[in-house]
This record gives sequence, structure tokens and C-alpha cells, in this order.
Amino acid sequence: MVNSNLATFSDWSFNSALAIYLVVLVLHAAEYGFTRNPDRKRELVGAGGPEIAPDLGSTITQGRTLPERLGRTAVALTVLAAGLHAVSLLLRGLATQRVPWGNMYEFGSAICLVAVVSWLVVLRKHDVRHIGAFVVLPMLLLLFVAGKLLYVEAAPLMPALRSYWITIHVSAAILASGVFLVSGVASLLYLIRLPHEANPERFAGMGPKLPTSAALDRLSYRLTVFAFPIFTFGIIAGAIWAESAWGRYWGWDPKETVSFISWVIYAGYLHARATAGWRGSRSAWVNVLGFATMIFNLFFVNLVTTGLHSYAGV
Amino acid sequence: MATIAFLRNTWRGLTSMRTALILLFLLALAALPGALLPQRLTASDKVAKYFEDNPNLAPVLDRMGLFNVFGSVWFSAIYVLLFISLVGCLVPRTAEYFKQMRAKPVLTPRNLARLPHHAESTVDSPAADVVAAARERLRGWRTDVRVEDDGSHTISAEKGFLREAGNLVFHFALMGMLVAIALGKMFGFEGQVIIHSGDAQGFCNSGIYAYDSFRPGLRVDGTELKPFCMRVDSFEATFLRNGQADSFHAKVSYQDADDLETGAWRQAGLEVNHPLRLAGGTVYLLGHGYSPRFTVTFPDGQKRTEATQWQTMNTVTLLSQGATKFDPPGVTDPEKRRTGQLAVTGLFAPTAAFEGTLMTSVFPDLRDPAVAVDVMRGDLGNESGKGQSIFEIDKSMVDSGRLKKVARQNLRIGEEIALDDGTRIRFDGVGRWVGVQVGYDPGRLGVLIAGVLVLLGLGASLSIKRRRVWLRATPAPEGAESARTVVEVGGLARTDQAGYGEEFTTLAADLLRPGKER
Repeated sequence: MVNSNLATFSDWSFNSALAIYLVVLVLHAAEYGFTRNPDRKRELVGAGGPEIAPDLGSTITQGRTLPERLGRTAVALTVLAAGLHAVSLLLRGLATQRVPWGNMYEFGSAICLVAVVSWLVVLRKHDVRHIGAFVVLPMLLLLFVAGKLLYVEAAPLMPALRSYWITIHVSAAILASGVFLVSGVASLLYLIRLPHEANPERFAGMGPKLPTSAALDRLSYRLTVFAFPIFTFGIIAGAIWAESAWGRYWGWDPKETVSFISWVIYAGYLHARATAGWRGSRSAWVNVLGFATMIFNLFFVNLVTTGLHSYAGV
Repeated sequence: MATIAFLRNTWRGLTSMRTALILLFLLALAALPGALLPQRLTASDKVAKYFEDNPNLAPVLDRMGLFNVFGSVWFSAIYVLLFISLVGCLVPRTAEYFKQMRAKPVLTPRNLARLPHHAESTVDSPAADVVAAARERLRGWRTDVRVEDDGSHTISAEKGFLREAGNLVFHFALMGMLVAIALGKMFGFEGQVIIHSGDAQGFCNSGIYAYDSFRPGLRVDGTELKPFCMRVDSFEATFLRNGQADSFHAKVSYQDADDLETGAWRQAGLEVNHPLRLAGGTVYLLGHGYSPRFTVTFPDGQKRTEATQWQTMNTVTLLSQGATKFDPPGVTDPEKRRTGQLAVTGLFAPTAAFEGTLMTSVFPDLRDPAVAVDVMRGDLGNESGKGQSIFEIDKSMVDSGRLKKVARQNLRIGEEIALDDGTRIRFDGVGRWVGVQVGYDPGRLGVLIAGVLVLLGLGASLSIKRRRVWLRATPAPEGAESARTVVEVGGLARTDQAGYGEEFTTLAADLLRPGKER
């Protein structure tokens, strides 16, 4: 029933992708490390008016700087790794003749792929490449946990999961989670950059190299605005599936409960950005908290509590 | 007067965005114990275990309602306050929205250069033509053309009203969802029952008594169930070689609504993820298990056969435990009856493996079924007035010595146990049972519709941007060398600034070169 050749090739692609991501992380870290802090004078001037973004890496006009070359290589390798990553999921699906998100390993891996792809999309429009390490690091951690600690052999789905709703419900959850991850990282960096802009002495090491707080805020907001309706759709699709599988559309199963909490927090984030006194760092914290509950839902609910969703299998 | 002021201030405070936000976070916080602590609603057995493990803490948590978070007063209080706050916010916003729908776009500001988006050029066409072309270009926008005192022609345009409409639809749909959920909780019910495969009697949804467990809605007393009957003709389960379940399929016959009068039976298949939707409720396949069949031949030659469902202990190997109980036939003296009752109790394995005499199950399918049972004789305690589990014998009867173990043996199909008084108990074979749930929820469709509206409203309110654009075409002052017109365009995003820049750039380019349009 399971094509073990394809399953093996899938594992190879996965491991290659993991290794290349590791190289990407090192390259991005080096890019970040070698980027010179915009010099003190300019920074002090810039602190008053937010419009002056540090013009990173282009201080030397002759050819590309070392950080820039490192960064560009990292992005090229990211594309390669994402391709292998996608192939590993595709082969899993072909090997098992089902959607490749039937257990926590595959689910986690798919979330990471979405995070990487949304990062690449962000790069096309926003000049934020030099913070790549901050996005790749949490993604790689998640991928490592999924692939090395939660790995399971390719196997068919149990009857309860055999429904076309797994394609709809779980893919929406994956898509939303992956995008939320990148959004959460942007908000975290915002929380470092904002106090630095108010007082250059704070986070003096990291602060100057980060994109402006306005840019980070816009980035995290747009990503969450994109992911939130998908997440909502995923919950509704889950409720429709639950109605036909478990006899009720909502039953406060632990996974349902924490999804509800995440949804309420993200709804709070969208409202907070429009509420006086909540804009800025408070709403960024809310966005970070939202992603923390998503992670909690993935690990704690599946591994520690037992509910109807726990059979997803480790 | 002071009371009115107090009420007004309270209402204002409650309906402010800041309060709504706090209530939203409180709601998330209040739901958290629902995920961290076991809940009576979903895992009453784990709540009991929590009480055993934490005898001091558990009663305190219980008094705060932490084992029934979603039914607790404080959880309800938070969402009721949240929805009141929502109503207070939505009503004025809806009124405002309809007012704006009818209002004309605002006057063109005096100085367009001060707007966040601005562009300017000089063209040959007369001012009136520029505005006419702009109006053509701004089709789909709400526009208003004016001629100012100095002879300038202006056009004021606005777009993106559906954003607020989506916003309102989203919030109203949330309220509608709450109402539909409440409706379901009032008039719905949920019942569970075990049906034996091949049992001609089957199950009829004729009253609460027909169910093994029943959870009625607040306004349900069980007298107004819409009746239907069903029986399970056969049940088939297939497994992978590693024991993982592969498929479950129950062939059922049922009579719904009018069938009950005509007596017609309809056929259907019942599977996980494929419930049977009937007028009286929806039937779900929730579980399955085995019921070993025993025949007792009493010393006088009379036979009795019973096949009670046994409870699945291990969901992977389907090792089951249970108790099959027998009354001695033809005994009318209650005293004698009470001393001669029999129970066959112990373990059942669909595929048995033995370690000495210790039996376990190694596979969930019926490959080599066997039972490891004790035979108990005496008083089962049926008349004690206490409710009895069908899966167990009454332990207190054993403790008090009124029920005694008279044999212990492992049996394969066809094998039998002989008791000292000549009674023989044979293990005949194995039947199957399925556990079904019947759910009835009149609010279900309403919740679904509300859910779809929530999604549509959310999509509109997050993707549509409310924005304005103004154009002013000022003819060159009289006496100027050429009759050229100065065209100025200004733009303002009413909501989130992000993303308007690009649209404005292309829009401005078109508006500033009206000649190209024609």
C-alpha cells in the first residue's frame, strides 16, 4: 500500500533541504554579522525622523559588498531548499496515496514550507533580506523538531481522517500557521526596533541594523491580515468536518479550545492596531502572543493532552 | 440625574473599543483552563482522576468552575458583556454607515499638495474635458463634480464602502452565530446507544429510555422526539497488517418519518465521516466492539444463550472485558433464583495469545478469538435496587460472599466449562456491536450560514480599502500665453495606508494624461 521507494526518496529530499537550510542560516547570520552598523552620526539624525532608513550594504558603491553577496547566495539556496522541501512532501503524498499532512511530522514540515515560501514572497516586495536569519532560525527549529523528533514512517491514514475535509481543513491550518510564523518574527523584531528608535542606547547592537519600526509593523500586519481569514476558514471547515465525523460541530476539544483562543487573540491584534493606547508595542505583543498560542496548540495539545485531535500520531 | 449620568457613562465605557478589547483578551484567558484542565464535558473520567491525584486542590478548582469552564457563570458573563459591548458599537456604526451611503463625497481640499499622495501636471485640454475624462476613468467610484468660484473644475471620488459593510456583516454574523448556537443548546439533544449487529429489534428513537446515555437540551424533555428506527444488518471492519484500523462499514436498515406507517425499511451504509441524516436526528458511527456468545445448559437440560456487548479495553488490539449474566430458567422461587444466577466474566481477545494461562490480544480482527473467564454463581444483586453496569458484576455481592467464583478457564470457540452441579457453559461464537450517536441540533444550519457570513464579511473588511481621490483642474489665468490647464491630484487612504500608494500612482498617471484615454 505504501511505496517505500518513494518514501525513502522523500526522506532524502527532506534531509537535504534541512541541511541546505542550515547553510542558509549560517550565510544569513554572516550577512547580518558583517553588515556594518550605520555610523553613529547618521543614526542620531535618523532617530528623530523615522523616514531615514539605514541604507544597508550599499555604502560601498563599487560592486556588491560581502554581506550582500552572502545574502544573495542565502536566498538562492533558500529557493533550492524550498524546492527539495516541496518535493519531499510531494513524494510522501505519492508514496502513501494521500495528502502529505496526516501526522505531526508532515504537518510541521508543511507549515515550515509555507513559512519559507511566504518569506520568499515578502523578499520580492520588501527590502528585508538582511534579517533572514531571524526568520530561518525559528523555521529551522520547527523543521528539526518535526523531522527528527516527531518523524514517523509513511503510512496510510486511519479511517477517521479519511475525508476530503482533511485536504481543506488541514491545509488552511498549515497555510495560516506558516504565515503567522513570519508575522510573529516581524513583530518580535519590531519590539526590539521600537525602543531603539525612541532611545538609541537601547538595543544599540541590534537596533540599527533592523528595518524601521514602521516597515516591520506594516509587514507583520499585512501577513496577519492575510492569514487570519484563512485561519478562520480553517476553523469553520474543521467545524463542518467535526459535525460529520464526531456528531457535533464544536465540542471544546482541547485543540478546538486553543484554536478559539488563538482566533480571539488575533482578532484582538487586528482591533488593537486601531485602538488608541494599543497601537505600537502593545499590539505587537498581542501578535507575538497569538503565534505563541499556535505553537502551544501544535505541541502541548498534541503531545501532552489527549483529545479527539491527538490521534494525529507522533 | 446622577443615575442617568452614571448609566450613560457605564454604557459609554462598556461600548468603547478599549473595553471590547479587554473583554476579548479576558475571553481568551478564561478559555485557557478549558485546555489545561480536564473538562467534565469532554473527559469526565480524567476529571475524576484529577480529583484522586490532587485531593486538596481539585475541590477548590471545582468550586471556581474550572472543570466546566464553558458552562461557568464567569465565562458566560464575559461573552455576554462582550456581545452587549458589540451591540452598543454596531448600532451607531450601522446608522452612520447608511448616512454615509447617501452622503456626497467630501469637498475637494484647498491644498491637494498636503495630502499623503499627490501628483501634478499641466495639460492642453480645457478643465471641463479633464474632469469629464477623469469621471470616465473613475467609473465604479462614487464621484461628485463641482465648479469652484475661481473657475476650477474639481472631482471628488471615494471608493471602498464595502469595507465597512463587510465589517458590519462580520460582527452581526458573530451575533447571529451565538443565537443559533443557543437555539441548538435549547432544543437539541445528543444520545448514545449500542446496537448489536444482526439484532432484529434494533433501536428506535422513541424516547429517552431507548438510549444508553442521553444529554437533552435545556428545553427538551424527551417527549417530542421525531421517531425513527434502525437496525444494524452487518458490520465489517478491516485492518492493516500492523493492526491499524483501515475501514469500518455498517450496513443498516432504517425507517424514517412516513416509513414507520408504511412499514418500509430503507438500506444505507454507515461509516466514520459518513453519518446517516434522518428527520429525527443524525446518526453517527462512533465505535465498535465484540460480544462473545455463551450458551448455558442447565442440569435439567434447558438452554439459554446470551451475547452481551463487552467493553473495549485496548483500542489497538480490541482486548475487551465484560460480564454476561444468566438467570436460571423456570425457577419461580425468588430465593432460589437469587442463589442460582450465573455470570461469565473476564476478558475477550479477538486474536488470542497466551503466556502460560495469561491471555492477551495481539490483533484487533477475529483471527483466533478466545475468552479468559471466571464463572460466578449466586446472587448477582439485580434486585438490590442499585443500578448495575452491564460490563461488570456487582463487586459488593462478591465481597459479601453472596456471589462466588466456581470456575476459571480459557475457552476457544466451541469449548465449554462444566460446573460441579452439571451446568455446562459453552463459548459459541462472537457477535459485533456498534456504538452510535444520535444528534439533533436545530441551530446547526443557522451556525453554518452565520459562519459563511463571518468569512465573507471578514474577507471584505480586510481586503477592501476605503480611499479617496480628488482632482482639480485649474484653467491658466486669462492673458496667459497658452490655454493650458493645471491638473492636480491628491489621494488619501481612509483606513490602512499600506497598499494605496501603487494604486494611486497608476490612477494619477491616467488622470493627469486625459488625452491618452481618448
